[in-house]
Amino acid sequence: MKIIADTKALHQLQKELKEKWDPQKPMVTICAGTGCRGYGCVRVKEALETEIEKQKLNVGVRATGCFGFCEKGPLVVIHPQKIFYQQVKLNDVPDIVAKTVAKGEIIEKLLYRDPNSGERILKEEDVPFYKKQKRLIFGSNGLIDPTRIEDYLAIGGYCALAKALSEMSPEGIIGEIKKAGLRGRGGGGFLAGAKWESCRKAHGSPKYIIANGDEGDPGAYMDRSLMEGNPHSVIEGMIIGAYAIGANEGFIYVRNEYPLAVMHLTLAIASAREAGLLGKNILGSGFSFDISISKGGGAFVCGESSALFASIEGRAGEPRAKYIHAVEKGLWDKPTVLNNVETWANVPLIINKGADWYASIGTEKSKGTKIFSLVGKINNTGLVEVPMGITLREIVYDMGGGIPKGRKFKAVQTGGPSGGCIPESMLDLPVDFDKLYEVGSMMGSGGMIVMDDRSCMVDVAKYFLAFLQDESCGKCVPCREGVRRMRDILEDICAGKGKEGDVELLETMSQAISDGSLCALGGSAPNPVLSTIKYFRQEYDAHIKKKRCPAGVCKALIKYSINPEKCTGCGMCVKVCPTAAASGEKKKPHTIDNETCIRCGACIESCKFDAINVE
Amino acid sequence: MVNLIIDGKKITAQEDTMILEAARAAGIDIPTLCAHESVSRSGACRLCVVKMRKGNRSKIVTSCLYPVEEGIVVETKNERVLNVRRLVLELLLARNPESNVIADLAKKLSVTPQPRFTMDTDKGKCILCRSCVRVCEEVVGVSAIGLSRRGSQKTVGPPYNEESAVCIGCGACAFICPTGHIEMETTEDKRIIWGRTFKMKTCDVCGRYFAPEDQLKYISKITGVPLKELAVCMDCR
Repeated sequence: MKIIADTKALHQLQKELKEKWDPQKPMVTICAGTGCRGYGCVRVKEALETEIEKQKLNVGVRATGCFGFCEKGPLVVIHPQKIFYQQVKLNDVPDIVAKTVAKGEIIEKLLYRDPNSGERILKEEDVPFYKKQKRLIFGSNGLIDPTRIEDYLAIGGYCALAKALSEMSPEGIIGEIKKAGLRGRGGGGFLAGAKWESCRKAHGSPKYIIANGDEGDPGAYMDRSLMEGNPHSVIEGMIIGAYAIGANEGFIYVRNEYPLAVMHLTLAIASAREAGLLGKNILGSGFSFDISISKGGGAFVCGESSALFASIEGRAGEPRAKYIHAVEKGLWDKPTVLNNVETWANVPLIINKGADWYASIGTEKSKGTKIFSLVGKINNTGLVEVPMGITLREIVYDMGGGIPKGRKFKAVQTGGPSGGCIPESMLDLPVDFDKLYEVGSMMGSGGMIVMDDRSCMVDVAKYFLAFLQDESCGKCVPCREGVRRMRDILEDICAGKGKEGDVELLETMSQAISDGSLCALGGSAPNPVLSTIKYFRQEYDAHIKKKRCPAGVCKALIKYSINPEKCTGCGMCVKVCPTAAASGEKKKPHTIDNETCIRCGACIESCKFDAINVE
Repeated sequence: MVNLIIDGKKITAQEDTMILEAARAAGIDIPTLCAHESVSRSGACRLCVVKMRKGNRSKIVTSCLYPVEEGIVVETKNERVLNVRRLVLELLLARNPESNVIADLAKKLSVTPQPRFTMDTDKGKCILCRSCVRVCEEVVGVSAIGLSRRGSQKTVGPPYNEESAVCIGCGACAFICPTGHIEMETTEDKRIIWGRTFKMKTCDVCGRYFAPEDQLKYISKITGVPLKELAVCMDCR
C-alpha cells in the first residue's frame, strides 16, 4: 500500500475501497477467532473456497475475527442475505455452497434453534444471544478480515485519526474523552481523559503510551478477541491518544500465549506503517508516532501497571510501591499512559461520533458499552457487548440462555480472581463500575463466571485463592504468605478439617492482606473469600460445623448413593466408574460402595435417570 | 521543610524524608525488617505500614517509601496498622520458625504464633526481603544473586543455584541479611558461600588470611588500585 499523504488522500482511498465493498455482493464470512479455530474453522474455510471454485461461483470467502457466540462455532454468515449458520462442519460445506451460496436456499439444520420456542432463526441479529447486545466495539469483528488494513479502511477505519489530527487540538481531544466519561476497561475504572490530561501536563520526556493486553483472568478473553479480530481499532485509538498526550512511542503489551493476537497485531502495525498511519509525519500532520509489541511471559501480575513497566524494561515483573503516579513516572520513570486494549478501541468511536452521543449510552457514571466474557455453567458461552447498566439477569438469561440442564443459578463471579461472587438475590443489579463495587465485587476486565447449584462456594473461593497464590509475584509478605495460608485454611474446611473460628480468622486475615499488600493483586486477593462469606456464610458453617458440603462437591464431605426408585439398572454407571464402586445386576437397582468410590462424578454425568444422590 | 503530625506529635521534616525516618527522628518506633541504610527501599516486609490521612482521605501506606507531605496526619499504632503487623509477624513466625530475630520482634510486639498456620521446614530463615540481592547489585555491583520463581515458590540464590562465576565472596549479603539466613563459613585459607569455595589471601605484612582473592582482584579492577597495594589487611594498613 502507498503512503497516505493526508486526510484528503485517506478519504479518497476509503471511497475507492468502499465501492469495492458492496454489502449486496455475495460473500461468505467465517469466524476465525481462536475459539472457532479450535472447532476446526480453518479447514471449513479452505473447504468453502475449494467448493466455491469447483462450482465456479464468483463468491468470496472471508475469515474474520471472533463473532462472540463461541458456544456454537464454527459460525458462517452468507451475504447479502445474512444467513447465519452455526456449528458448521466440514461435511456441511458442499451443501452450503450448492444450496445456499448458489441458490439462496436455506439449510434448516444449520440455523440456530431457539431452545425455548424451538424455532429456527435465520439471521444473526435475531438470535437471542445477539438481540440485546450493543456491539459498538465488537461489531466490526465479524465483518472484516483482521489481516487486511483495506478492510478496516473500507468500513471507515482511521477516519477518527484523520479528524483528530486535522480538526482537533490535543486539549480538545482530551476534553472530548473526559466529556464522554470513558473509564478504563482493565478493571480500575479510572477516567481515561483525566489520566491523559495529567500525563499531558506532566514534566519529562519522552512520554509513552501503552496498551495493556495482558489479559489473565481465568475464562476472560475479550481483549484477545479484539486484538485478533480488529487490531487496527486498538492502534487507531493509541495514535489518537499519543497525539493528545504528546507521545511519540507506544507499546502493546500482549501475552505470548495469544499467538494469533500477536500475529495480527504485528501485521496490523506493519501495514499501518506502510500506509504512513504509523511512523513519521502521520497523514501530513507533522505528528510522528510508532508502536512496538512487547510480549509478556504470561504472569498474571504483569497486568498490574508497575509490574508491566518492569516487564517491558526487561526486569522481572514485580510491582513497586506507587506513591508517584505512572502518568508522572511510569515506563523508564517517564510520564506514561497505560490503558487497556478495550479502552483504546473505544477512542475512535468517541472521536467519530462525539462525546455527547457516547455519554448518552450507559449509566450516570459508567458510559458506553462493556464486553463481557460469559463462561462457566451457562448455555451460551461467548463474548457479549452490552450497554453499561444492563442487569445481570439479562446477561445470564437473555443472552446467556440460562443454566444448562435446567439447573438453578447460584452465583456469578465478576471481575476475575480479584472480584467477588454475586448471589441470585442480586441478579437485577445494573452492571456498572460502581454498582459492582458496592456489592463487594468489581467490573475487572469483564470476566463473568456463572455457577449453578452444584458449585460449592467454599470450593470456588479455594480455587481463586489457589490461582492467586500461584500468580503472586512473591515480593511482599501479606500476599505471598497470607494468601497461601488462607488457601490452606480453605483446603482444611473443604477436607472436613475446618475449625470453629476459621471464618473469623479468614476475615481478619483478609483485612490485613488487603491493607498491607504492596499492589492491587494482594489488595484484592481476599475478595473471593470475603464475598462468598458475605453471601454464602451458611455454606462455610455447614462445612465447618456439620462437616457437610451442601453443593455436593467437596469429596471428603460427601457420599454417593443410588435411588432405587429411579434406577433402571441400565448399567451406565458401572461402565463409567473407574474404581468399580458402582455395581449391580442388569435391570435391577444398582449400588455404590462408598469405600472404593472416589467421588469423581462420572456416574452422575452418565446417569440419564438422575438416580444418583449426593449427600 | 514540611510539617506533619505523627501519633499526635507535630513534626517538621525535610522534604524527601520518608515517614519512617521522620518518625524515628521524633523518637517514634516503627518496626522494620527489610529497610537498610546501605540499599534502596523495596517495601517487601510490610512491617512499617502506617495509616496516613490527607484531607478527608486516609489509607495505609509503606512508611519506608512514602515521603512526608505538608499537613498529613500519620498514625503508627492504629488498629488496622497493628492488624497488618500482627499478620506479617504471624506469617513470618510460621515461615521461619528457626529465626530468633523474628521470634524476638514478635515477642516485642506481643505477637504469638497463629495455631492455624503449620510451620514451614524448608524456608530456613529467609524472609525474601531481598536486602542481599540489593546490596550485591547496588553496593558491590556484581549481581551474583537474584530471586527466582514467584509466589510462595520464590527463592534467593545464584542463577540456577549453581556456583556463581561473578560472585567475589565478599560476604556483603551475609552481613546485611536481617535474619542470619545466609551461611558463610570462613576457615583460614578458605571461605564457602552460596556453595562456592573461595581462596583467601594472606596479608603481606602480618601473614594472616584476611580477604578472598577474587574480592581483591575485583576491587583492583574497578578502582584501578594495583593488586599489590590491596594485599595488606585492614589492621596493618
